[in-house]
This record gives sequence, C-alpha cells and structure tokens, in this order.
Amino acid sequence: MPGTGPLPMTFQSATAAYLGGIRSAWTSVFLLVMAGTYIGLGALAHDFGLSALWLMLSTLFVWAAPAQVILISGIGTGAALLEVALAVTLSGIRLFPMVVALLPLVRDRDTRLRDLLLPTHFTSVSMWVESLRILPQLAAEHRLAFCNGLSTGYMGAAVIFGFVGYYLAAGLPPLLAATLLFLTPLSFLISTARNARIMMDKLALGLGLSLGALLTVMNVQFDLMWAGVGGGTLAYAIHRVREAMA
Amino acid sequence: MTAAMAELWPFLVLITVGFLPNEIWRVFGLVLARGLNEDSEIVMWSRAVATATLAGVIAKLLLFSNGSLAAIPLSVRLGATAIGFLVFLVARRSVFAGVAAGEVLLLAGGYLFAN
Repeated sequence: MPGTGPLPMTFQSATAAYLGGIRSAWTSVFLLVMAGTYIGLGALAHDFGLSALWLMLSTLFVWAAPAQVILISGIGTGAALLEVALAVTLSGIRLFPMVVALLPLVRDRDTRLRDLLLPTHFTSVSMWVESLRILPQLAAEHRLAFCNGLSTGYMGAAVIFGFVGYYLAAGLPPLLAATLLFLTPLSFLISTARNARIMMDKLALGLGLSLGALLTVMNVQFDLMWAGVGGGTLAYAIHRVREAMA
Repeated sequence: MTAAMAELWPFLVLITVGFLPNEIWRVFGLVLARGLNEDSEIVMWSRAVATATLAGVIAKLLLFSNGSLAAIPLSVRLGATAIGFLVFLVARRSVFAGVAAGEVLLLAGGYLFAN
C-alpha cells in the first residue's frame, strides 16, 4: 500500500534491539557514504603525517567527519590552533539542533540523564537521519538500545574504513592516492547539496564555497570563520527577506 | 619540547582543538533539549552557518590540495568536481553517480595531465 511505510520493528529484549540497530546500520545506504568519507579521511590523515591510532581516536571522540577534515587539514598545514578550534566549533553548531530533535524520541518517562549521554555523543548526520526515520516505528522502551546499536554500527564501520584509507594511501601509487584524497571534498560537496532541503541551504552552500575560495586566495586570517558566519548569516538573511515578501 | 611531549602533542590537540569545540554543541543540545523545534530561527541560522563553514572547507581542500592530490592540476580538480556535480544533478540527485563520475574524471585527467 503506498504511503504506509515499512512495518514497525519489534524486539524481544534490549539486547535484541541493540543488535537490530547494528544490523540496520550495516545494511543502510549511508554505509557507502561512510565508506567513501572515512577512506578519504584515512588517506588525508596519512598524508598529513598523523598516526593511525590518532585517526581512530579522532573518529571515536570527535565523531563528525567535517570537524575531522578541518582538524586534520588544520594540523597538517600548520594553521593557528585557535583558528582550527573556531572552524571546528562553527562546523559543530549543526549538532545542537540535531540533539535537540533526537532526544525526545529516545527518552521515555524513566530515562535517566546518564542514559542520554551516549546518544548525545553519538549524534551525527547519518545516525540522526536514520534515527528520525526508524525510531518512531519502535516501542519506546527499545528505542535507546536500538539507537545505541545503530550508532555503534556506524562508528565501528567508520573506524574500519578509516584504517583502510590510511593503509591504502600508504601503499598506493600517487595517482590512485590522489583519487582517495579527492573523495573528501567531492563527496562532501555532493552530499551537502543532497541534504539541502530549502533555498537557504543551497545559498549557504554556494556562498560558503565562493567566500571560502575568495578569502583563502586573498590569504585572509580566520578565513573559515568569515566564510561560515558571513556566508551562513547572509543566506539566513536572504531567506528571511524572501519569506517576509512572500 | 621533550620527546614524550612531542609524541603526546597531537593527542592533546585532538582533545582541545577537535573534541571539546565540537562536543560542546552536543552538550548544549542535551541541556536545552526541551522547547526548541526544528524550524525555530536560531536552529535555522545555525544550520546555515554550519553549511557555509563546511562549504568553505571544501573550497579550501579543492583549491589548495595537499599531498598527492596537489600533483593533479587545479583545472583537472575543478573540472572533475564540476562535472561530478552535474552528473549528480542529472542522475536524479544520486550521490553515488556524482562521486563516481568525478573520481573517474580525476583519474583520467590526472593520468593525462599530471604535473
């Protein structure tokens, strides 16, 4: 029947829900995106002389590919650390509304605050999109376990693909290594365009690209911060004006 | 810097410059998880800023590539990106088709015109 969507999933126990979450992560289309992203990130980390252990810890702790790209390329090119931290925090702002939207789905009446710490840390684009799609179909008492399983599945895959990219970049001829490094900007550009829901998102993408290019070429300090705050605020302002006129 | 310090330095940077500035937004979300909806103005603005920041990083990585990607001429990198993006638009917004097309073009262009 059109429009009814998949049948609700039912689980016997929290453990079954957790394992169901892992299975769901490993069979979703996002696994391909994650493979491309983290193979590229692994190659980038290798190229900038960071260790494979460092790469793994950055995946576990930062758990946001854009922030990891900024961090790795910032450390690698010797950018000022304050500047890198600012760019990381600007790229992380989007996590805030995502956590705000996710937690009400995970929590029920007797969920303790510390049970929410893991889903809070696990929040990232792919996990978030899938959680918002799947969690409403689950019984409330199994959502937390499912969400943690889903996130563990994605994070485990990201760590593995990171190692794959790292060691491939070490062993591949330069031309093939270059195609791995090219995966990061290319797949980020296209998946950001894919996620652009309204005109404002497309504007922010276009303005960020042009301002980022312009300010980098002009060698302006804090170029990423200006591109982000300037381009993003401009896109938001244009969106507001258009809405007011509509 | 002592040898031990030099070895620990990248991990210290990872925590202070990578983990903390990123994680703080998740913690804010946890603390303020009530009363904000997805279409509220602050949420819209933060989405726009985050998107533009990421776009700035993409531009930087394409224009000033490092390592083996730097050996591929700028025109090939930009051309492969533009055509990959066009393929994405034409192929009913398939991320996979766009990325695959861009990669094949980079490989071909790099093979023919590598510095």
